[in-house]
Amino acid sequence: MKIIELGASVTASNDRDAEALRARLKAKGILLVNVMSAAGSGKTTLLSRIVKDMKDLRFAVLEADIASDVDALTMEQAGAKSVQVHTGGMCHMDAGMTAAAFDALESTDFDIAFLENVGNLICPAEYDTGAALKLMILSVPEGDDKPLKYPLMFAESDILVISKTDALPYFNFDVEKCISRAKKLNPGIAVFPVSAKTGAGMEALESALRTIRNSEFRNPN
Amino acid sequence: MHEMGIVLHLAKTLDETAEQEKLTKIGRVVLQVGEVSGIMTDLFTDAWNYFKGRHPVLSESELVLETIPAVTWCDNCKRTYETVKYGKECPHCGSAETWLLKGNECIIKEIEAE
Ligand SMILES: Nc1nc2c(ncn2[C@@H]2O[C@H](COP(=O)(O)OP(=O)(O)OP(=O)(O)O)[C@@H](O)[C@H]2O)c(=O)[nH]1
Ligand SMILES: [Mg+2]
Ligand SMILES: [Zn+2]
Repeated sequence: MKIIELGASVTASNDRDAEALRARLKAKGILLVNVMSAAGSGKTTLLSRIVKDMKDLRFAVLEADIASDVDALTMEQAGAKSVQVHTGGMCHMDAGMTAAAFDALESTDFDIAFLENVGNLICPAEYDTGAALKLMILSVPEGDDKPLKYPLMFAESDILVISKTDALPYFNFDVEKCISRAKKLNPGIAVFPVSAKTGAGMEALESALRTIRNSEFRNPN
Repeated sequence: MHEMGIVLHLAKTLDETAEQEKLTKIGRVVLQVGEVSGIMTDLFTDAWNYFKGRHPVLSESELVLETIPAVTWCDNCKRTYETVKYGKECPHCGSAETWLLKGNECIIKEIEAE
């Protein structure tokens, strides 16, 4: 037997699947956003608000909900096409599962597709799903120390949404401290404090999404 | 659950390597696992034994796990220390402005094959 030195990540095959999916979506003009957060941080509420606010865009939502279809129904009601993804009890979505979810959607006429990843701050950060943009949500009740505890998630994300800011008066959450901790891990991260309940901060986030969508695809179809 | 996911990807990566390099049999597989990667080695070996039966090239393989020690960097006093022994707080100066330098990786170092 010979010895082959690999030095490869165990997830090398996933990385290849992810590149293939990214190319496929780019050709179709779909911006895929990987939405990651802990359970209950307000993913579904935030996404349905975005879908309702940005009526001129066509949305798809891939729901990695393990047990129920509650979130998928909420998204359909908001006006997005949605599909339920079966993660088989896995703690994260990978590129193969994401591609299969796209196949299950009958149409490809979307401007933005959100992947609502499995609710935890550890495993999803380790897997490339093929998304062009990684958005993480940290809700105020979770605390401003989370960048210290889950550095990889903050280091990997392009956008940090601090959600449920209407609850700031009731929690010891220092927004400035949280932002400086996140920027230390990832100087380029864009931060948007928002409340999906009151609508505060939503416009800035939505206009950033629009700008990213348009710069990614210079000739929107 | 986490271990299952990683083993699934590992098996797939090895299958693809075998195809590319035209390998028919993989023997030893040496993995480097960070001390704080969150991978439980017992669970990992169990998951591996389950999967190797389902991948023909891996049926006679043996998994060897090497540990990469975890090291933390202190941003305050600019020194490093052993993560597992001291955790989040720097033993030199007591600061909590500390970051993991290495120790959460999981890398396929080498494989023995024919
Ligand atoms: N105060 C306040 N509550 C919110 C806000 N957004 C969401 N919530 C509440 O937070 C809870 C969880 O919201 P979801 O949108 O279901 O969160 P999720 O991350 O999709 O949850 P899972 O999919 O179950 O992980 C619900 O009770 C929401 O009403 C907000 O901006 N402000
Ligand atoms: Mg949800
Ligand atoms: Zn120190």
